[in-house]
Amino acid sequence: MTHPWIGPCAAALLAVAATPLSAQDASFGRALAATCSTCHGTDGRSVGGVPPGLAGRGRGELLQLLMDFKSGKRPGTIMPQQAKGYSDAQLEQIAAYFAAVKP
Amino acid sequence: MNLSRREFLQWGAAAGATALSGCSTAPASGGASAGRVVVIGGGIGGGTAAKYLKLWAPDIDVTVIEREPRFISCPISNLVLSGSTTLADISRDYGGLAARGVRVLRDTAVAIDPVAKSVRLAGGDALDYDRLIVSPSVDFMYDTIPGLNNTAAQNEVLHAWKAGPQTLALRKQLESMRDGGVFVFHIPLAPYRCPPGPYERICLIADYFKRAKPKSKIIALDSNQDVVSKGRLFKAVWNSQYKGMIDYRPNSEIADVDVRGRTVKLQFDDVKGDVLNVVPPQRAAQIAREAGLVTANNRWCGVDWQTCESTAVKGVHVLGDATLSASAMPKSASMANQHAKVCAAAVIALLKGQPVNPGPMMMNTCYSFVDSRNVIHVASVHHYSAANKTMLPVKGAGGLSDKPSELEGTYAWGWARNIWADSLS
Repeated sequence: MTHPWIGPCAAALLAVAATPLSAQDASFGRALAATCSTCHGTDGRSVGGVPPGLAGRGRGELLQLLMDFKSGKRPGTIMPQQAKGYSDAQLEQIAAYFAAVKP
Repeated sequence: MNLSRREFLQWGAAAGATALSGCSTAPASGGASAGRVVVIGGGIGGGTAAKYLKLWAPDIDVTVIEREPRFISCPISNLVLSGSTTLADISRDYGGLAARGVRVLRDTAVAIDPVAKSVRLAGGDALDYDRLIVSPSVDFMYDTIPGLNNTAAQNEVLHAWKAGPQTLALRKQLESMRDGGVFVFHIPLAPYRCPPGPYERICLIADYFKRAKPKSKIIALDSNQDVVSKGRLFKAVWNSQYKGMIDYRPNSEIADVDVRGRTVKLQFDDVKGDVLNVVPPQRAAQIAREAGLVTANNRWCGVDWQTCESTAVKGVHVLGDATLSASAMPKSASMANQHAKVCAAAVIALLKGQPVNPGPMMMNTCYSFVDSRNVIHVASVHHYSAANKTMLPVKGAGGLSDKPSELEGTYAWGWARNIWADSLS
């Protein structure tokens, strides 16, 4: 590996990718997370902060929020209705994607 | 580590490398293009497709053909009619797409040659493509309303169903109307663009009348049997805060308009008003019809929802309101934005010989203002069903607001600012 651009990036990538995903899983996960971006901003960077941004928040925190919306434990307007549309595995992919994005 | 460049880029995407500054993927100028994509239409659908193609695959050449100099949003435009916001507030330019490396051509696509894979422009040029994305919006079927089938009549009896000059012109008509006047509004049979939009318009014009012309009335002539979307919520508002102002008449399909007599003609009734607002039935825009993309009822373009590729013309993808909507899928801005992301991901996979996502998801959120501050929503989630080969709503997901609220008013504006940015910058 002699590409000059890989050096500074590799460490950062290793830090956020606990388990490297296959390229296919990654692009499907990215597309899944993009369903949220219509309201929450591209890559979860919300314009003006309403609804809240998702980029760079803790993976565990995001997953807990999504699971609580889905179970009805956490009240809300749209989110309890939308979270029910995704499997637990999909919610995990979404949380992992936004956690890995720089805010 | 021993990764090829492509593997590295893909693996980088897995870890959210798009967000790691300095780690972004190689610019197109550095290497060979991975393909040429032409996008017809720079609205929510076309803009989102172009943006996400560049975001996810910078080595693809992307050109958008758009005839207007600026994007003007249909969502929120009913607030311009009621005087609560301005057209400038709901407009965006194309600088954001250009900054991402999207080539934005101000021109009009006049013909598609799917065999030569080329799009001819009104300006005379032709653009070659490897994949074409058509997000053409809708045309109004004025041929179904004889009295409105000429430009002079259309400039007098407005639709204001595409935001822009018509929005401002209808606002002027409402401002000029006498207090005690009657606003007659016609709603076409579903499917039409923005299912809750007509009922939001009724609320917001009532809101304006209540403030500025309290003796005025609204007669809503709905071709449908009942309110198409959020019916219980809208009717509750009409019967409380706008009590006595709104005469809602279902099953009132238009037969014709007498422009000079300011009268909407129904099959068995004539309805006269001071200001008429007629939203005609709609179908996929002309460029889609001429290219042979229309597959249903001479109106809508059938697509394969895994890719948004036309079921009629290979290599051509169709997005947004022009598509033959899947079950329970509204013709909405949210949906067009979501079509575009599924399409962008599929086009990248197809150009690079990678597998297409077999199970795309789409999510819809539509907010409606019932006055300048209070809002209601309808939401749904849609999954691809391999068995049915179409998108289906996920059972048990989605739903409506309990009641209008100011909280959802702030969310509606947040949604608008985010979808504009997500689609166009």
